[in-house]
Amino acid sequence: MANKVHVETTLNGEAVEFLCEPRQSLLEVLRDVLGFTGTKEGCLTGDCGACSVILDGRISCSCLVLGVEAQGKNIQTVEGLAQADKLHPLQQKFLEHAALQCGICTPGFLVAAKALLDRNPNPTEHEVRYGLAGNLCRCTGYDKIVRAVLDAAAVMQGR
Amino acid sequence: MEVQEHKFKVIGTRPIRHDGVDKVTGRAKYGADISLPGMLHGRVLRSPHAHARIKSIDTSAALALPGVKAVLTSEDFPKLAAGVVAMGELPMNPRYLSMNLMAQDKVLYDGHAVAAVAATSSHIAEEAVKLIKVEYELLPHVQNVLDAMKDNAPILLPELRTSGTPEKSDKETNIASQLRFARGDLEAGFKAAAVVVEHEFDTAMVHQGYIEPHNAVAQYNTDGQTTIWTSTQGAFTARDQCALALDIPASSIKVVPAEIGGGFGGKIGIYLEPLALLLSKKTGKPVKLIMSRADVLRATGPTSGSHIRVKMGANKAGKITAAQVWMAYEAGAFPGSPVGAGCMTALAPYDLENLQIDGFDVLVNKPKTAAYRAPGSTNAAMGTETVVDELAEKLGIDPLEFRRINGAKEGTAQPAGPKFPRIGFLETVEAIKNSPHYQSPQPKSGKGKLKGRGVASGFWFNAGFQSSATVNINTDGTASVVTGSTDIGGTRASCAMIAAEVLGLKAEEVHPVVADTESIGHTDMTGGSRVTFATGYAVYEAAQDAVNQLKQRAATLWKAKPEEVVYQDGAVSRTTNGNESMTLKELAGKLPRAGGPVAGRASVNPRGVGPAFATHVVDVEVDPETGKVEILRYTATQDVGKAVHPSYVEGQMQGAVAQGVGWALNEEYFYDEKGTLRNAGFLDYRMPTCLDLPMIETILVEVPNPGHPIGVRGVGEVPIIPPPAAIANAIYRAVGVRMTELPMSPPRLCKAIAEKSAKK
Ligand code: FES
Ligand code: FES
Repeated sequence: MANKVHVETTLNGEAVEFLCEPRQSLLEVLRDVLGFTGTKEGCLTGDCGACSVILDGRISCSCLVLGVEAQGKNIQTVEGLAQADKLHPLQQKFLEHAALQCGICTPGFLVAAKALLDRNPNPTEHEVRYGLAGNLCRCTGYDKIVRAVLDAAAVMQGR
Repeated sequence: MEVQEHKFKVIGTRPIRHDGVDKVTGRAKYGADISLPGMLHGRVLRSPHAHARIKSIDTSAALALPGVKAVLTSEDFPKLAAGVVAMGELPMNPRYLSMNLMAQDKVLYDGHAVAAVAATSSHIAEEAVKLIKVEYELLPHVQNVLDAMKDNAPILLPELRTSGTPEKSDKETNIASQLRFARGDLEAGFKAAAVVVEHEFDTAMVHQGYIEPHNAVAQYNTDGQTTIWTSTQGAFTARDQCALALDIPASSIKVVPAEIGGGFGGKIGIYLEPLALLLSKKTGKPVKLIMSRADVLRATGPTSGSHIRVKMGANKAGKITAAQVWMAYEAGAFPGSPVGAGCMTALAPYDLENLQIDGFDVLVNKPKTAAYRAPGSTNAAMGTETVVDELAEKLGIDPLEFRRINGAKEGTAQPAGPKFPRIGFLETVEAIKNSPHYQSPQPKSGKGKLKGRGVASGFWFNAGFQSSATVNINTDGTASVVTGSTDIGGTRASCAMIAAEVLGLKAEEVHPVVADTESIGHTDMTGGSRVTFATGYAVYEAAQDAVNQLKQRAATLWKAKPEEVVYQDGAVSRTTNGNESMTLKELAGKLPRAGGPVAGRASVNPRGVGPAFATHVVDVEVDPETGKVEILRYTATQDVGKAVHPSYVEGQMQGAVAQGVGWALNEEYFYDEKGTLRNAGFLDYRMPTCLDLPMIETILVEVPNPGHPIGVRGVGEVPIIPPPAAIANAIYRAVGVRMTELPMSPPRLCKAIAEKSAKK
């Protein structure tokens, strides 16, 4: 049995500690060690964005980050988007615009869109497409996803 | 059957889907999210060779690795006799199924499963598969469909004989089957033509590309019962296939369908489920298997590459006088390419007197192909729809007008013979003609930026098949709908909406549930664009059954005859003997005194399947220096019958267009000379991102299907058919070259442009 490392981190605003093998990715730790299965696996090579998390404010593929690298970091996942009884405007707009079909890409898109809007609260259609180009969706053709993000941005800006 | 369109209150609205909150919060449980106490993790060892004999497998080092609990090889599978059994309406060959799950004496493609391991962690399982020693004797391989048809080609399955030949042959072959549709007088037809166009086409093997890799968790119990959790397009289909492959009773398996992260046809077959079952049986523990992306590309899906010859002629008036198509489709390592569907759909949008269509199903050393959205039809349409475009061009007729002249209508004989019922092909042509997109000025080429517009059409049969549904009335007067159809893209919502329509409830007041194989009657797979049609049909009937029971209960309370009770807008009333009425809510509370709970049930195998047609228009810009094609504008129109939830119908069309664009421009399986797949990852198997696409405009044409109580036709598949041909036709308008290969990738386009300017 490989030696496990003790890691302290912040997950969706809560202090969390866990033990993990040095070879385990952050994605594996989130899903298999901590039980946060909202973050999805699509490729493990950084090419699909299904595993997107926000790491210290930056969008990251959690399949390309080691669990031990989470030490002292701030991680946001899809599970942290909604507030108690209220969906995040992005979640609400994804539902209203039917921006998901199978839904496997949805957590990654929501997290990537959140990171985009944190950085650029008023994106153009092209900026949304550019900001989400690291996420693959095979079901929707992206049309309704882009519309949902633009609409969520408008709502968050009070427009 | 009367379609009462104007009366709909719920059908045609856009409620929020019932499983939506689970899916935007990360709570929905997909197969990979299932975890059981004491669960082991498995990995599969796959062949690195395209064709080789397995001389020996030594698993001892793997078994000796601490943490490894079991190793599986083909020795653990029952040896099954050849032969075909009918599974639902799909023919299944259990021996080939088993040979694909785990290679027996030979590996037949790069990625073919050879062994599997279960260990206490996925990392240990991964180390263990590397310790399995397999001795191979390399055999010559064949991956090109025309080469595989030659007399001296390397043979994949020595026992295979061609079916469908006029005379029985006892020759070894890679041609699994052949078929022909013919009518009229081809020669006379071509003689009558003013213009004849003929081309040969090659299309590459492509993958469905669902984002969720295949997965399975199995728990075998000592009583012989197994539960399998898996992301599948059909829980019953998965169960039946497992039973066939392992030669055990279907009733010894319960399949619990997890949420499914895309399938497009690729998750109808099974790959991991029986392996997980056998590993669980060997270890006594639950076992979970998940494919890597490379495994998904190397060993699952894809759909056939193909070689297609098309020759068509038309007279001066623009009437097609003769059409001849010859197509050979890659089956992969085992029989079963969609060439039959290719033959039946290729020319179906047109009314033809003289035609001949030949199809060949050909084994090659590539993964066994699986269904992919209107399987077989997109390849064929790339050939026929670009030739149609050229005929129209040569005759100086607008391509939409050409379709109006030749288009199939109710009563037109399909290439395969049967006459079309009421269809909406010409309505889609008309809708494109009147669309803002087609009405807008042709895109203008600028310096170094060449632009063009193209159109193409497509046809898909859609499927019926078996479905069951239960509609339960809750004590508060709401309802639940239970079906066996896994929900890939919003069918929980459409089923709930159909029940709500019948019961006079709001969509939100009906809760849809997808049940496991022990909790609902048999239901065939989610595929063939059939769920809202066939399962929706069962839901409609089950809801009617519930209404009849509610009327009876009300009659009991009122001491009246059931015929005297009317059910309308969510309330019962009776007109005779005074005006009594009760809302469903009130009645639901009184059911214990009125004869008991109400559970409506129905099982169907509907025959009134409504064929689907689509017509698309696209504007492209070609950079002649790099060969890159950009999609500037795209409009898709389709006869959808009746759109139950229009947003999800549009979504099907938009998603299919995106897949079609990938198929047209980028996606292809790339094998090296050794027969190894060189692009088994999303970096090199390049699917469209949102930066590659514009918004995709949709126009829903509603020609109700007379074979369905709500007029529903399937919508999911047909929109993938037109894109490659429409884009090829647009590229022609932009740069003047007729592309005959898919994908029309930058190097191929550059080459074609260079050849054209060399000819000048
Ligand atoms: S799983 Fe991390 S990018 Fe695909
Ligand atoms: S909704 Fe299925 S991959 Fe995006």
